[in-house]
Amino acid sequence: MYLTEKIAYYPGCTAKSYAKYMDSTSRDVMKEFGIDLVELTRWTCCGTFYGLADDNLYSQLAPIRNMIRTREDGFTDLVTTCSMCYNTLKRANLLFKTDEEKAERLNAFMYEEKNYEEDVNVWHLLEIIRDKVDIEKITRKVVNPLKGLKVAPYYGCTLVRPEEISIDSNPEKPTILTDLIFALGAEPVEDPYMTECCGSYLTVKDKHLVADRTNKIIGSMTRRGAEIIMVSCPLCQFNLDRRQKQARELNPSLPEIPVVYFTQLMALALGMDYDKLGFKEHHVDPTIVLKKRKLLGTPEKVPIKVKK
Amino acid sequence: MELAGNDIKICYQCGECSGGCPESAVMDLLPNQVMHKIQLGDETVLKANTFWICSSCLVCSARCPKGIDIAKVMESLRELSLRSKKRYVELAELSKEDLEELPQIALISSFKKQTS
Repeated sequence: MYLTEKIAYYPGCTAKSYAKYMDSTSRDVMKEFGIDLVELTRWTCCGTFYGLADDNLYSQLAPIRNMIRTREDGFTDLVTTCSMCYNTLKRANLLFKTDEEKAERLNAFMYEEKNYEEDVNVWHLLEIIRDKVDIEKITRKVVNPLKGLKVAPYYGCTLVRPEEISIDSNPEKPTILTDLIFALGAEPVEDPYMTECCGSYLTVKDKHLVADRTNKIIGSMTRRGAEIIMVSCPLCQFNLDRRQKQARELNPSLPEIPVVYFTQLMALALGMDYDKLGFKEHHVDPTIVLKKRKLLGTPEKVPIKVKK
Repeated sequence: MELAGNDIKICYQCGECSGGCPESAVMDLLPNQVMHKIQLGDETVLKANTFWICSSCLVCSARCPKGIDIAKVMESLRELSLRSKKRYVELAELSKEDLEELPQIALISSFKKQTS
């Protein structure tokens, strides 16, 4: 039995609506490993993208405020599941810790709150899984191994670039998702497109460009035999899942492939009720391939070897 | 052209940025051509669609052998345009269906990068 550890949790805006099952499965999965994700009592949008302009500090204010909120709640570690939030929070935090002059100017904006003392560390949930939970322990907790399921990991950009904040020591060929796929009992299908951008915010005005990238990324992954794509970012999920409709207008022979969050697959492998994983909300329904691989069932019905 | 805080002069036109860029096929000017125009002080660079099509995926910056943060240069071109009230996305032109379908993360990031 693990001791319960509490870590401050930053859901991010989209985790409250479009990606609500990313949020719920993150909490449920971590509970299995004795980690309680405690949502910050007050939090604001991180700004989605780290502001790159040197002369403009306004986009760093929101992330730094969230660091102060973390301290107000008595925590020094802050974890998030959304890749874009992770990137924005972590880079803003890094800027604050390395640029004294900017840090001072940012603190001058904190009228209502105490100054930020550079004492918060930002984590992605995958890092917690690797460094605090240990991927080996996951294997031991798996009651419904995803046997035979060919899973393509997809990192996108914000988990691995720039190098300073990359969750993996090799940003050009990260392995953390592959390790997780092995731990869940599935077969990883690595692909050169796994760190290629999905088109991100271009999805608002230039849908056709995103559809083209979705076509390339999914086309390459399905040619290698992938049956399902695993992501950690709600925007990657949207672009790869919903934009398949537009991608199929460009290329009618593009096969359908479901796109799920890594926490959803973890929850499934840990034996949680698949009705609660939100698969019905996806544009391409993951239950078809999961049924084919005989991976769906209530925890009681899954033929499981319980390891104690 | 000083916004990026980068030494643009050190670019030696190897083209690694354009090679890695996933969207270079639809850009008026390739990222390395943008760099060259900036070196020459050619302000027509602001008329190209390159920096609006850039989705800040940072592949160019990660792979530049001279260590130039090219994504930051693109951001500064966007900022220059936005500060002179030239925007790429017009909120009023977005359809109701799109607004209902798109998640916040898409809308907020697009507004942050492409509207003033």
